[in-house]
Amino acid sequence: MAAKILEKRQLSENVFKMVLEGERIARKRKAGQFVVLRIHEEGERIPLTIADADPEKGTVTIIFQVVGKSTAHLSDLNPGDTLLDLVGPLGKPTHIEKVGTVACIGGGVGIAPVYPITQAMKHAGNHIISIIGARSKDLIIMEDEMKAVSDEFVVATDDGSYGFKGFVSQALEEKYLMQGRKIDMVVAIGPVPMMRAVCDTTKKYNVPTVVSLNSIMVDATGMCGACRVSVGGKTRFVCVDGPEFDGHQVDFRQLIDRQRIYLQEEKESYDHYCSCRLGKGGN
Amino acid sequence: MDMKERLAIPRQPMPEQDPKVRARNFDEVPLGYTPETAKTEALRCIQCKNPACVEGCPVQVDIPGFIAKIVEGDFIGAARHIKKTNALPAVCGRVCPQEIQCEQRCVRGKKGDPVAIGRLERFVADYERASGDVAIPEKPAPTGKRVAVVGSGPSGLTVAGDLVQLGHEVTIFEALHKPGGVLVYGIPEFRLPKAIVAAEVEYLERLGVKIQTSFVIGKTATVDELFEYGYDAVYLGTGAGLPTFMNIPGENLNGVYSANEYLTRSNLMKAYKFPEYDTPIVKGKNVAVIGGGNVAMDSVRTAMRLGADHVYLIYRRSRAEMPARIEEIHHAEEEGIEFHLLTNPVRYIGDDKGWVVGVECLKMELGEPDESGRRRPVPVKGSEFVIDVDTVVVAIGAGANPLVQSTTPGLETNKWNYIVADEETGQTSREGVFAGGDIVTGAATVILAMGAGRKAARAMHEYLMSKK
Repeated sequence: MAAKILEKRQLSENVFKMVLEGERIARKRKAGQFVVLRIHEEGERIPLTIADADPEKGTVTIIFQVVGKSTAHLSDLNPGDTLLDLVGPLGKPTHIEKVGTVACIGGGVGIAPVYPITQAMKHAGNHIISIIGARSKDLIIMEDEMKAVSDEFVVATDDGSYGFKGFVSQALEEKYLMQGRKIDMVVAIGPVPMMRAVCDTTKKYNVPTVVSLNSIMVDATGMCGACRVSVGGKTRFVCVDGPEFDGHQVDFRQLIDRQRIYLQEEKESYDHYCSCRLGKGGN
Repeated sequence: MDMKERLAIPRQPMPEQDPKVRARNFDEVPLGYTPETAKTEALRCIQCKNPACVEGCPVQVDIPGFIAKIVEGDFIGAARHIKKTNALPAVCGRVCPQEIQCEQRCVRGKKGDPVAIGRLERFVADYERASGDVAIPEKPAPTGKRVAVVGSGPSGLTVAGDLVQLGHEVTIFEALHKPGGVLVYGIPEFRLPKAIVAAEVEYLERLGVKIQTSFVIGKTATVDELFEYGYDAVYLGTGAGLPTFMNIPGENLNGVYSANEYLTRSNLMKAYKFPEYDTPIVKGKNVAVIGGGNVAMDSVRTAMRLGADHVYLIYRRSRAEMPARIEEIHHAEEEGIEFHLLTNPVRYIGDDKGWVVGVECLKMELGEPDESGRRRPVPVKGSEFVIDVDTVVVAIGAGANPLVQSTTPGLETNKWNYIVADEETGQTSREGVFAGGDIVTGAATVILAMGAGRKAARAMHEYLMSKK
């Protein structure tokens, strides 16, 4: 189904928020699920987490970082433009229940997918500790939204330009786990090295940890297996068995390798797009 | 022309692209009959009173009937004659295994070669399409009944075409962004040009079928919700959309694909046109494809066209047991595919960056027949050897995608998670829900799925008309 872009906002240097038309998806989606979109006939199928949705208005919000050709192209579109295809909601919803204290950790653009989960966990009656982080202050997104659904709130930056100086995994350990704070569950979403660092930390303290994986996908309905990942020694498909898994069981090394399959092609495609864009006098 | 002269005509060969040229392009391999060769070939049909060929066809096309029209030179009439029983003749003329169906039963085959029924079917369908003179039958009186068809592959398209012509309102729900199912994501352009699939789908749309793409039943809406939306019956034709792996070490290395992924990237996403199209594919120099079916043949031939230096087909049994069509095996050999028969992979070897660099295989020998009736391959001890490869495609079959089954309470499935449906009617354990094609039988052929769709459409029509 085609979908019109209704709003667009730049959240940081390379991160954009878009509100899309998507009545059925908006009504149906639950925290943790994602959509696949295709910009135009020659386009890829791009999986993106649903950051928010408004069932009454029939809208779906996506937040994405420009990492290659397709996301660059997407960021060049404007309200009023139409995406050729939008399908969803895909993936399994997050298992939401009251467990006590939940630490919701988002790194970089990963703050976007952690937000709806935090919201749902809060709604289920959990005490929420949110830890969001990025390389520096200007890359922190959705601070107000996250604050609004948290009982305790920490910002961490690698360079110390804002809040705690260091990684989110260090903030979690130093400010909470080392202090003996009881945390019943951790949800961590962000770049793979960040999720791995959080899992290494929580393993030491035996805190169950859920991560949401963004592997390469094609159909995203369980048909192709592009997104396969080893979890506890078993091959699972991120698109239908996930995207969330027990972080202590995920083979992050393999995930990192598999995310690099098309590095060369992605660069070729991006360079091609950028030179075309310049040729047209910018956009 | 008298019978003796007709019997003396040899089977007309199909002109094809030269193997060396075609192995590096994605254009269709067989070029099609000319009107003259079609007429000549049609004369070979002796118009049996009790034609065995028709019995060999899963949808019972009146084969002597359409061939008689070719002899008269009425090619468009011949195409329309086929369309009374088969809505997708241009597809079937290309991908049906005629050699084990209609042509196997042809009387002419008893002493010599059977009539080239598939080639003639393809010819008239192409002729009609090229002429632009595609007739749309008169719209039947509406019954007021609404039918949802899940999946737009061969069985779903058949059900939709049959039911819309009986006056029902039909909507197809397709999970992907383009209709056609396996005809667009699975079968490569060089075997079935996508423009032909698009034309056959467009024909159905002109008949009144509505197609809703990017709509995943089981996610966007469930089967029960379809009934809530007001559909009176549902047909499940979701296909064999679950890749099978061998569960051997190294299968998750970079460069190892399921055939589903490899072919979907190349066919549906047009990765062979990267970077014009955005979706990439690994263009391996040394590619191994595991398996011996039609999907394996499609994969080896795709790898060659993507620019490989060596493409190996690794199959654990011998050539005689290969499930692929003889024509496809032959085409693959002509194009320079290297066959490693009686060979089975045991593990994939990776480098320090997680990329596949080799496949370790075992030699096999054939033992006693197994439950499939084929002789079981048995490993030869100590016969391990390694083939250097940078890309692997696992094409050992596909299973049942669970999305619909897991979200439809009361829908009975078997131990492989295929949907249980009556062979004659497609009726499932749920009232008003019918199923057919690969999601019932497991991965089979286009025409068998169409045959199941035909039967189900008949039963669904009865169900709809008897329902108040």
